[in-house]
Amino acid sequence: MAQASDTQATRRRWLLLSPALLILLFAASGPLLIVVIYSFLTPGDYGGVIWKFSTDAWFNVVVERDFFDDTLSFSDAHLSIFWRSVKLSLMTTLVAFIVGFPTAYFIATRPKDKRDIWMLLIMIPFWTNLLIRTFAVMEIIRNEGVVNSLLIGLGIIDQPIQMLFTEFAITLGMFYVYLPLMVLPIYAAMERFDFSLVEAAYDLYASRWRVLRRVIFPIVKPGVIAGSILVFVPSLGAYVTPRVLGGGKQLMLGNLIELQFGQGRNWPLGAALSITLLAIVMIALIIYVRAAGREEMSHG
Amino acid sequence: MAKSRAFDVRRQTGFVPIALLCFLVLYLPIILLVVYSFNAGQSIAIWEGFSWQWYVKAWQNEKVQDATILSLIIATSASVIATSAAVMAALATTRTRGFRGYTFVFALINQPLMIPEIVTAVALLIFFAMIKVATGYTGLMYLIIAHSAFCIPFAYMPIRARLQGMDLNLEQAGADLYGTPWRVFRRVTLPQLWPGVLAGSMLAFVISLDDVVITEFVKSAGQDTLPTYMLGQMRRVISPEVNAISTALLAISVALVIAFYLLSKGGPQKNRE
Repeated sequence: MAQASDTQATRRRWLLLSPALLILLFAASGPLLIVVIYSFLTPGDYGGVIWKFSTDAWFNVVVERDFFDDTLSFSDAHLSIFWRSVKLSLMTTLVAFIVGFPTAYFIATRPKDKRDIWMLLIMIPFWTNLLIRTFAVMEIIRNEGVVNSLLIGLGIIDQPIQMLFTEFAITLGMFYVYLPLMVLPIYAAMERFDFSLVEAAYDLYASRWRVLRRVIFPIVKPGVIAGSILVFVPSLGAYVTPRVLGGGKQLMLGNLIELQFGQGRNWPLGAALSITLLAIVMIALIIYVRAAGREEMSHG
Repeated sequence: MAKSRAFDVRRQTGFVPIALLCFLVLYLPIILLVVYSFNAGQSIAIWEGFSWQWYVKAWQNEKVQDATILSLIIATSASVIATSAAVMAALATTRTRGFRGYTFVFALINQPLMIPEIVTAVALLIFFAMIKVATGYTGLMYLIIAHSAFCIPFAYMPIRARLQGMDLNLEQAGADLYGTPWRVFRRVTLPQLWPGVLAGSMLAFVISLDDVVITEFVKSAGQDTLPTYMLGQMRRVISPEVNAISTALLAISVALVIAFYLLSKGGPQKNRE
């Protein structure tokens, strides 16, 4: 009897789950398998693929074959794009931390009934269109933009500073659009922080810096790690921000991938690059899960 | 002012200025964008007087009209589909003992949050290209299904949170009074769940309305939504029309997010302090 109702409950559960799972398998997870298959095929002349096994795409991720004498060498173009993606994502994460940590601290030390409003102020930009926020940054740093006009108007410079279409522009843009993702988890970790610990530290003649480093930081560290991952991962896969603010000159991984499906007409290479990006993201996530797990162990 | 008080254990040197600067940095670009969408001139730096002209121009632009209609159709459909699926999934995964396959289900539902959007976009481009060749269908359903998929986790979260805070006794009572499961759901569960459903569908709507990357890769020719139309316009010379469209989109998002905030604040799962 109990057995029968158990099976019934299981059937009901999977029936309820089926619409969500079917949509996700069809339009999110399932197609990822096809990307893996495509990365082992031969590119078609006008895009698409020819169904012939080949590992060329995977070689081409880091190596290029000379057009004339077939010698192999490291692909400088791809490696420099990989390097730029990692470098700019790390810089974005670092700057977001430097600004985001004090901000989260500020919000967590407001009176209880005011904190939600401050957090809402952080979250509103996050829920507004990423493209629009990127565009807003572009309008600020353009040659005819606010910053340059202001500096020229004040007579500090007489030629506009070229900020748009540089690595600086991309980093600034990514910092701007992903900053709330840093503040949110640090705030969540800090909100429950017990300030009597800080009082105890001051009673023991600790300096402010020491209190910050030795008392507050260790306790909110899981939030910092979470925030760093949340900023680093979308930065690494960013497409819109480098496209708009890099202007097709400073490519990042996302743009390199897109190129293979557009002008490049090398779908298998695009597929292999996508899987590479996915692998880096997964490694970052695993590091995060491990680190979070270890934190729990040491505090539990 | 702080000095007149006793030693403040919460103070850290320089944190307050950085935080205030942070809010300034977050809002200044957006505010400038909004202000200059009402500028009579072309520039974002020189104010030439108030004017509605860019709104009028955008409104009369047929491409903008088409893109707006398409954006609304897709966002509405995706929001309805994602929310319905999310309600069912939330009913199946909350208030129950752990079950076999739970980790798999949870990972699958949250997958759109973890995988870089560009990877999903490429995957869908390839997969839908295969279907397009096989069936010849190039309509809107590709975009609607793709949007529904990545909206599911956003709809799921608030609904699940609401369900977890709900009292099981009322449903038990409904069942004891010989209510059929459907009747109990409609008359007891759904009315309590409603704020969560509304919040979830609003989040899904905003997420769909704002999507650029997946739409850009999945759309067939002539299927521009507002964001992909704007992305296409962002070359060297940008018409302030884009400012006007941006401001309109911002207004919609901000209104929905504030409504979402008020809805989820009023929930029973929030214990009053």
